[in-house]
Amino acid sequence: MPSTQNKSLQITTPSDAEIRITRSFDAPRMMVWDAYTRPELVKRWLGQMPGWSWAVCEMDVRKGGRYRWAWRGPDGAELALGGEYLEVIPGERLVSTERYDQQWYEGDAVGTVEFTEVGGRTTLVTTLRYASKDVRDAVLQSPATSGMESGYTALDELLASTPAA
Amino acid sequence: MQPSGYGNLSDGRLDATFAALADPTRRAILARLASGEASVRELTEPFAMSQAAVSKHLKVLERAGLISRAQDAQRRPRRLEAAPLAEANEWLERYRQFWEDSYGRLDALLAEMKQTAAKRPRAGRRATTKRKGR
Repeated sequence: MPSTQNKSLQITTPSDAEIRITRSFDAPRMMVWDAYTRPELVKRWLGQMPGWSWAVCEMDVRKGGRYRWAWRGPDGAELALGGEYLEVIPGERLVSTERYDQQWYEGDAVGTVEFTEVGGRTTLVTTLRYASKDVRDAVLQSPATSGMESGYTALDELLASTPAA
Repeated sequence: MQPSGYGNLSDGRLDATFAALADPTRRAILARLASGEASVRELTEPFAMSQAAVSKHLKVLERAGLISRAQDAQRRPRRLEAAPLAEANEWLERYRQFWEDSYGRLDALLAEMKQTAAKRPRAGRRATTKRKGR
């Protein structure tokens, strides 16, 4: 079982219906913003799961603008999602809705990405808000009730102690 | 953004698995069963709750396919079923891995952008300002 703990990437659950992903980058925030909002740059880092390639990467980054991302995978499989930009403050804040074509949970999620720069390093805080706690818990096991640092840890420990069945 | 749509997930079951796992008592029960099968009475012991309450949790776990009952008719001990748990964990691992991998590539891209900007510091600024005014 690979370790799910990582020094730099943090995944937390700040409220009942949210998941938060925090990560710092060694670059000024406008540069990170560019990498995050220009399709030709986004295509170079986002996604790219083994065996999958970009099919569509369209982003109209302005309030009310829409985006669509699609990847094609093995055996004609497709992963596609899109949504609308609700708030666009260059270098600071990007809020958008998110819905998968093949979505297995209810409602649109709303993603907020906050960019903060300290000493030339930019911290990206991505908060995904789901329609309800049930949906969030379905997406990610809730660690909030257990007081554990991460739900992943609980699962990992559990599986590590599971005898081969 | 997460890789929820790909792969052939048995969606309903995964849903049930996560719902079952969301409760700390049920996770504790699973952790106990991970060290071997146990009867309802044995499972109730560590908790400050009734056997009936524990039985309710066991039903949820059973419905999610996370535990099963062994043949022993008298004790009817519960045992852990590893497969759904492994499936759930695989999904979580993919979620984390997705971001880990993506951000790793973003690191590399940003390093490259910094190098380019160092050579042509003004070009980067202009591009940014132009987009801002759009």
